[in-house]
Amino acid sequence: MAFVTANWNPLGDAFYRKIELYEMGWNLKDGLRDCLVAAAPYGGPIGEFCFITLLRKIVSEYSFWKSGVVKQLGWTVSDDLLCVQEDGTVLVYDLLGGFKRHFSMGNEVSQSQVLETKIFHSPYGTGVAILTGALRFTLATNIDDIKLRRLPEVPGLQGAPSCWAVLTQDRQSKVLVANGSHLFVLDNTACTPVTPPGLSPQASSIVHMCVSFSYKYLALLTDSGHVWMGTSNLKEKLSEVDTKIKAPPKQMAWCRRPKSQQPSAVVMWDGLLLVVGECKETIQYHLDDDSILVPELDGVRIISGTHHELLQEVPGACEEIFKIASMAPGALLLEAHKEYEKESQKADEYLREIKEQSLLSEAVRQCVEAAGHEHEPETQKTLLRAASFGKCFLSNFPPEQFVSMCRDLRVLNAVRDYTVGIPLSHTQFKQMTIQVLIDRLVYRKLYPLAIEVCRYLKTPEYQGVSRVLKYWACYKVCVCVYLFTPLKKKNYILIIFVQPYCMPSCMLVYTVVMYLKNELNRGDFFMMLRNQPVALSLYKQFCKHQEQDTLKDLFNQDDDHEELGNFYVKASYKEQRLEARIAHLQSAVDEYYKAKNEFSAKTTEDEMRLLRFQRKLEEEKGEQLVGFSLHDTMTTLLSVGLHKHAEQLYKDFRVPDKRFWWLRLKALAEKEDWEELEKFSKSKKSPIGYLPFVEVCIKHHNKYEARKYVSKVTLEQKVKAHLAVGDVEGAAEAAIERRNESEIGTVLSRCSATTDHLLVERLNRAKATVAKK
Amino acid sequence: MASHLFCGRVNLNILREAARKDLREFLDKCSGSKAIVWDEYLTGPFGLIAQYSLLKEHEVEKMFTLKAGRIPSAAVKNIVFFVRPRLELMDIIAENVASEDKLQPRDVHILFVPRRSLLCEQRLKEKGVLNSFTNIDEYILDLIPYDGDLLSMESESSFRECYLENDQTSLYHAAKGLMNLQALYGTIPQIFGKGECARHVANMMLRMKREFAGSQTQILPVFDTLLLLDRNVDLLTPLATQLTYEGLIDEIFGITNGYVKLPPEKFAQKKQGEGGKELPTEPKKLQLNSAEELYAEIRDKNFNAVGAALSKKAKIISAAFEERHNAKTVGEIKQFVSQLPHMQAARSSLANHTSIAELIKDITTSEDFFDSLTVEQEFMTGVDTDKVSTYIEDCIAQKDPLIKILRLVCMQSVCNNGLKQKVLDYYKKEILQTYGYKHILTLKNLEKVGLLKPQSTMRNNYPTIRKTLKLWMEDANEQNPNDISYVYSGYAPLSVRLTQVLARPGWRSIEEVLKMLPGPHFEERQQVPTGLHKKRQPGENRTTLVFFLGGVTYAEIAALRFLSNMEDSGTEYIIAATKLINGTSWIKSLMDSPEENLP
Repeated sequence: MAFVTANWNPLGDAFYRKIELYEMGWNLKDGLRDCLVAAAPYGGPIGEFCFITLLRKIVSEYSFWKSGVVKQLGWTVSDDLLCVQEDGTVLVYDLLGGFKRHFSMGNEVSQSQVLETKIFHSPYGTGVAILTGALRFTLATNIDDIKLRRLPEVPGLQGAPSCWAVLTQDRQSKVLVANGSHLFVLDNTACTPVTPPGLSPQASSIVHMCVSFSYKYLALLTDSGHVWMGTSNLKEKLSEVDTKIKAPPKQMAWCRRPKSQQPSAVVMWDGLLLVVGECKETIQYHLDDDSILVPELDGVRIISGTHHELLQEVPGACEEIFKIASMAPGALLLEAHKEYEKESQKADEYLREIKEQSLLSEAVRQCVEAAGHEHEPETQKTLLRAASFGKCFLSNFPPEQFVSMCRDLRVLNAVRDYTVGIPLSHTQFKQMTIQVLIDRLVYRKLYPLAIEVCRYLKTPEYQGVSRVLKYWACYKVCVCVYLFTPLKKKNYILIIFVQPYCMPSCMLVYTVVMYLKNELNRGDFFMMLRNQPVALSLYKQFCKHQEQDTLKDLFNQDDDHEELGNFYVKASYKEQRLEARIAHLQSAVDEYYKAKNEFSAKTTEDEMRLLRFQRKLEEEKGEQLVGFSLHDTMTTLLSVGLHKHAEQLYKDFRVPDKRFWWLRLKALAEKEDWEELEKFSKSKKSPIGYLPFVEVCIKHHNKYEARKYVSKVTLEQKVKAHLAVGDVEGAAEAAIERRNESEIGTVLSRCSATTDHLLVERLNRAKATVAKK
Repeated sequence: MASHLFCGRVNLNILREAARKDLREFLDKCSGSKAIVWDEYLTGPFGLIAQYSLLKEHEVEKMFTLKAGRIPSAAVKNIVFFVRPRLELMDIIAENVASEDKLQPRDVHILFVPRRSLLCEQRLKEKGVLNSFTNIDEYILDLIPYDGDLLSMESESSFRECYLENDQTSLYHAAKGLMNLQALYGTIPQIFGKGECARHVANMMLRMKREFAGSQTQILPVFDTLLLLDRNVDLLTPLATQLTYEGLIDEIFGITNGYVKLPPEKFAQKKQGEGGKELPTEPKKLQLNSAEELYAEIRDKNFNAVGAALSKKAKIISAAFEERHNAKTVGEIKQFVSQLPHMQAARSSLANHTSIAELIKDITTSEDFFDSLTVEQEFMTGVDTDKVSTYIEDCIAQKDPLIKILRLVCMQSVCNNGLKQKVLDYYKKEILQTYGYKHILTLKNLEKVGLLKPQSTMRNNYPTIRKTLKLWMEDANEQNPNDISYVYSGYAPLSVRLTQVLARPGWRSIEEVLKMLPGPHFEERQQVPTGLHKKRQPGENRTTLVFFLGGVTYAEIAALRFLSNMEDSGTEYIIAATKLINGTSWIKSLMDSPEENLP
C-alpha cells in the first residue's frame, strides 16, 4: 500500500502515473523498429496474439507477395483491421486475420499513389484520410458507407506538408495542414488559413501536431521545440511549454482525462518520453525500446516490444486518498479501516474525525470511486473494504454505486486478464457501454466469457445472453455450412449440438446431414445418424425420394427387418418383369419372418402364390389377370365361366363363404346368367341370406328373377324384400304380421294415398294396435 | 374482396394484408413484366391471399404450371418461380432454366414458400443454374386467413409427416406462424395444450420468444388463451361422417382452399328461349365463405335443419320482391331499385344452395348412407365393437370404396381401444384379398399412427372417456341445438369437448380422462408487458385460439362456432389448423399404395 504513490510524478498541480498493463509476449527480433503498428483505442486490439500473426501475414503475404506496399494499418470501431495500400486499395480483415473485403479510395488516389494516410474515428464511424502524391487530400468519413470527398488544394504547397491531422468539428471532418509556419483548415469547400493565438514567434515551422481524443484540443510542436496547446478551433491558447529539444519527435499525443486538472500532452523521441503541462517543468521518462503511443480517453498507452503501459493523470479521487499526508475524508476512512483491521482503537478516532465534519458519505464515495481507477485488484479490494466499513456507520446510504462498482470491477479484471487482453479502464468502460464490450468479446469469439459477463451484470436477455448465443450459433452454423477446415470428429458433434439453439429447422439439419454424408465414410455417417433421431428420420425421408438404395442400407444397419420388408414390397411394384417382382417379394417374406411378423410374411407369400397362379392362367387361357386382386381375379374367372378355377382360389386362399357367395352372386348377375344363379342359390343354404339375391336382381332390372327369391328371405328382411320388388301389399302383410311399428311406418311412407287407400287404412289400424301394446 | 375476414371477433384481415404486402414487395423487386411459374400445389393457398388482379397490377402477364421441359414462350422480362422447397421441384426448375433461350436472356427469380432452403439452393448449384437467378427469396406463408374465424396452414400432409414420418417441419412452421400472429395481435398470455406435438410447438414458441425477447410487441393482446390440440388425441372425430351442411358438402364433394366443385347438371341456367341448350360439362365452381350471408347462416346447421332454413329464406326473398308492388312514389321505387342487386345476389345464392341441398339429400336419404351412419353410431355408443361387423364384411364383399371401409374399421378400432388380434387380422386379410395386396403398406401406416391397433392387455377405456366427457348425447336436437353433439347427430366431438371443459370448469376436473388420452397436457404462461394487461369489461367474452395440429373438420369448426354463439358461454373461439380435413382426405393422406407397374 505504501507504494501506491511510488510511480507518481508531480507536474504543476497534478500528478501523473505510469502503470504497467502487460509484459509483452511478442517474439520480435528487432522490436517494433521495422513494423507498422496500429492499435485501437478503448484497450482495443493490438491484441497480443492475433495482431502479430496478422502483421506477419500482411507484411509477408500481401505487401510483398500480392498487391502492393502497405502504407498504413488501422483499426475500425468494430475491431476490423484496415490496411491501406500504396495504390489506395484498403483491405479489411477481421480480428482473427480472415480477409473480409476490400475497397478503393478512388481513381485519383490510385493514379497518384498514397503518400500518407490517417485512419480516424468520428461519431459516423471509422474514416480514412489520404494525402496523395499529387498533394491533394481524399477523405472517406465512414468506410461502411463510402462517400469519397476530395478536399480543396492547399495554396503554395510544394512538397509534403510538415504535418497534418484530421479534425471532426461541426459534424464535419476537416483536415488541418501545416506548411512551414502556415496553418490551413481544409473542409469540403474551402481552404482557410488560420493562426494559433499566441504561438511562440521563434517558430518557423510546425513540425508535429495532434488532436485530443475528443477533438476538442489541439497541440502543436514547433521546430523551436515549443509545445503549443489550445482548443482545436484555434480560438484559445491553454499553455505553451519549451521542451528544449529541437529534434523532430516520433510521436505526440494528448494525455488528458475527463475532468482533467490541466491540459497535458506526451511527446516521444527516440528513447525519451516527455509529459508537458501548464508549468515550465516537464516529466521525463526514459524509454528502452521503440514504442508507440495510443491516445485514450483518459491517458496514453505506451506499447513497446516488451511492455505495455498506461500513462495518465492521477484521477482526483486517487490523489485525494493516496497523496502523502492527505487529510481528505477518503484518506482518513482508509486509515480508519487499516487500524480496524489491526484491531486498534485508532480506528474509532479516525472515524469520529470524519463524522464530526459529517463527511463520511463523501469518504465512502471517494473510496469507491478511487477503487474504480486502480488497476491492481489488491488496491481495489482495500479501497472497497474501506468503503464497506464506512458504510456501516451510515444509515440510508444508497448502495447502488458500491454494488455496481464491485460488479464493474469484477468484469474489468476478467477482461484485463492477459488471455483476454482488453486493458480497459473504468472510465473507458463507462464511456463505451456494456453492449460494446460484449460485442468485442463476441468478435474475439469469447462466447462463454461474454455470456458470463451478461449474466453477471444482469443484462436484459435480448441485449445479452440471447444475442451472444445468436452470434455463437451463427458462427457455428457458418462453420458447418461453409466449412473452411477439414471436418474432424469433434466438429460435427458440435454442429448437431448447435441445433437446439437454432431451432430444429429441418433445412438446417438436412444441410448438415448432406454435408456429413459427403465428408464421412458410410459407416461413420450411419453411426452418427443413429444417435440423432431427428436427423435420421429426415434423412430417411430424403432417401425415400432420392436414394432408395441408401434407405435399404440404413435399415440394414439398424436390423430393421420390418422396414426392409416394406422396402422390398415397394421395390417389387417397380419391377416390370414378374420373376424380378417375385424375387423381391421373396426377400420381403424373409425379412418379415426375421421381424417375427407372421401376418405380413404369410400375406406376402399369398401374394406370390396369386401372382404365379395368375401367370399360369394367363398363359393357359389368355385372360389378362396379373396385377388383379384376389377378389377381382375371381370375379374375372367367374365372368368368363372358369368356375373351377375360381373355386380353386376360393379354397386355396380360404376366402370366407360369405364373401364368395357375394362374389358369385354379383358375377352371375353381371353376366345375366339367371339360370346359373338360380342353380347356385339352391346349391346350399346361403350364408348371406336371400335378400342380396333380390337386391342384386333388382339392380340389374330383373324384377321377375327377383321375385323368385323373396319367399326365401328371412322374416326380418321380408318387408325390405317385398318393397324392393315393388310389392307394397306383400310388404304390408309382412309388416302387420311382424307387428313392427317402424316397419309399418316404412311401408306407409311407400304407399300413395290415392291408389292404396284401403291398404293405408289397414296399416294405420295395425299401427294403432301395435302402439297400444 | 375479403369481406369474409372482417366479420369475426378478431379482424383477420390484418394478417391477410400483411401477407399481401410482402407479396407486392417481392413482385416489385423484379421490375418489368413477368410470368409466374407455379408449383401447382401453391395456387390454392395463394388464392386465399391474392387474386389474379393483384398480380396483374404488379405486371404479372402470364402464369404457367411448373412442368419439365421448356417454359412456354412469353414476351416478358422476368420469369418468377413460386415453389415449395422440394428437391424434386428443383430438378424441374433446373431443366426449365437450362433450356431458356440464351440469345434473349430473361431475369429469372425464385420465391420459396414458406421457407428458403439451403438444400434446394445446393441442388440448383449442383445443376449449375444457381447463378442464373437474380433474386432468391422466401415468402413466409404459415397461417392463411381462411374465414372470419378460421386460419389454416393448408399443409396437406402434416399429420402424416408428424406421426408417420417423424418430420416436424410443419410444427416448426406452426410455431413460426403463431409467433407471427402474436407479432400482429399481441402476446397470448395463456397457452394450454394436449399431445406430443402440442408440447413440441409450445416449446418452440417459448424458445422463439426468448430468442426475440427484444422485439416485444407493444400490442394489447387480442387473444386471451391459446389451446394446442394434437389430432391424435382425438382420432375418432374425423372418422365419423359430418352431418352439418358444410361438413356434408366437404364429405361428398370436397372443399379445397375454400372452393367446391359441383356436378353441373343441377346448375344449368334456365333461360327462356334457350330451352334446348346443352348442359354444361365443366363442373360448377363455387366459393364458400361467410361473405355469403345465406351460407354463413346455414353452413353450421345440422343438415336436417337446412331445408327449413332454406324455405324460410325463400319466403323472405319473395316477400322482398313483392315489395315492388307497394312501391308507389318515385322515392320508394328508387329505394327498391337500390336494393335490387343485393336481393338478386340473395336469390342466386338461395338457388345455388337449394341445388346443393338437393344433391346432398339424394345421398343422405339413400339406404347406403343410412346403414353406414347406423354402424358408425353403434360403434360410437360402444355396441358390438369387439367383434367383426357384418356390415363391414358385406361392404368389403361388395367392394365398396376402400376408404369407406378403412374409415369404418379404424373407427371400430378406436372405439374399442384396439381390436382383438383375430378380428384385426380378419379385417386385414379381407381388405388385402379384395383390394389388392399392395395395400399392406397402407394398413401398416394406419397401425403406426394408432388408427388401427391390436388390443393390448389394457382395459378398453373408451367407454369411460365417452361417459366422462359426455361424448354421446341421446336425443340430440338437430333443429334447435342445445349442445355441440348436434353436429354429428348425437356424437359430441372429443376435441371440442376438451375445449369446452377447458373454458369451464377447467381441465382439473377431468385429470383422469386426460391421462387416458395420449401425450402430455400442460399449461404455460407468457409474460405480457405491464400496461398491456387487458381489463375486461363485465360481460365481455374471452377469446381463445384453438389450434388443431394435424387438421380439423368442418363439423368441429361448427361445434366451436356453436360454443362461441351460445349465450353465457363467456368464450369466443378462433380456429386454426394445419389443414381442413375430413375422414376421406385424412385417410387418403395416410395411404401408401404403389402403382402397378407390370405391363
